[in-house]
Amino acid sequence: MHRFANPARFLKIARPLTGWLFWPGLSLILAGCFCGLFVTPADYLQGETVRILYIHVPAAWLGMAGWSGIAVAALMQLVWRHPLASIAGRALAAPGALFTAICLATGSIWGRPTWGTWWEWDGRMTSMLVLLFLYLGYIALANASARQGQGGVSAVTAIFGLVGAINIPIINRSVVWWNSLHQGPSITLRGSSIDGSLLWPLGLTFLGFSLLFGAIVLMRMRTLLARNKIEARMQRLARG
Amino acid sequence: MKAKHQRLILALAALAALIGAGLLAASALKDEAAYFYAPADVKAKGVEPGKAIRLGGMVVKGSLRRAADGVTIHFDVTDGKARVPAIFSGIAPDLFREGSGVVAEGAFDTKGTFVATNLLAKHDERYMPRELEGMQYDEKTHQMKAGQ
Repeated sequence: MHRFANPARFLKIARPLTGWLFWPGLSLILAGCFCGLFVTPADYLQGETVRILYIHVPAAWLGMAGWSGIAVAALMQLVWRHPLASIAGRALAAPGALFTAICLATGSIWGRPTWGTWWEWDGRMTSMLVLLFLYLGYIALANASARQGQGGVSAVTAIFGLVGAINIPIINRSVVWWNSLHQGPSITLRGSSIDGSLLWPLGLTFLGFSLLFGAIVLMRMRTLLARNKIEARMQRLARG
Repeated sequence: MKAKHQRLILALAALAALIGAGLLAASALKDEAAYFYAPADVKAKGVEPGKAIRLGGMVVKGSLRRAADGVTIHFDVTDGKARVPAIFSGIAPDLFREGSGVVAEGAFDTKGTFVATNLLAKHDERYMPRELEGMQYDEKTHQMKAGQ
């Protein structure tokens, strides 16, 4: 990991990797959405609304994975003082918040015809909404406490990122610990209760959105590093 | 001890304390954060008539009856351990059906019937195409097999 303490070495890999993640990711998403809309059969009970799962599930995963990444980056920033960690934390926040919002919106749209309600305060929905608020808080804190010339997040923001990680296992377990309106886990380590004929496009969109997420994070990290560079150069010029 | 190791130990100790606090809070919330009462909870703890609660469970097969007025339905809710009669007037969601999950909002009357003011259909974790309807997910083999 410390090999990438040097931003130049990181950029040398990040620059081509961005495209390698972006284009296959986009192709997989399009293929998965096409198959999910036109190829797979409708569900026996939900009918056509089942198809929203090909967006909803990857969005939920990336919302949670984003915060897990923020927590790991925070740990690396606080303990090992890795120079890229604070940049990575900041780069993860906006796409993580976006996918969390997509997850909440698609879930709500699915809930109306399936459950008969747009929103209910059950354990899963409430904890996911808390995750969105955590993201917004993290972004606000990062912007408010950023130091001049540093693209990354401050130590206090990193601590916030670490503390907020407690919500991730709560989201994951919420449907098991508490009676909830949201159904229990369909896909577990032991198998899937989603029939194979409905399941396979989810693999495409799951991988596709994950690659796209990676590409967005790399783009944002490169932007933040470039801004750092500009800031440093301006300061050098100002000093003359 | 190097400063790096000190920071690592501090961070891990803080993380352990946080996880402990989170788990304690979650277990304390166990009853409060439950979205609904199951029929067995109602039988075990007793819910006073008139108290607004949610009742969740499966609609017992063969228990669904439509009253003569056309909008009132009678059905039984079960969680496999206990069974509670319920009544609802209004438009039920499309997925509300016998053998399927339901969450009803309302209160018990004095005779022990649950008077629902709103019905929500609860979807379970099984997804399958129409051709496979009636099949069950086998927990042991992780395959779909013919149901009852």
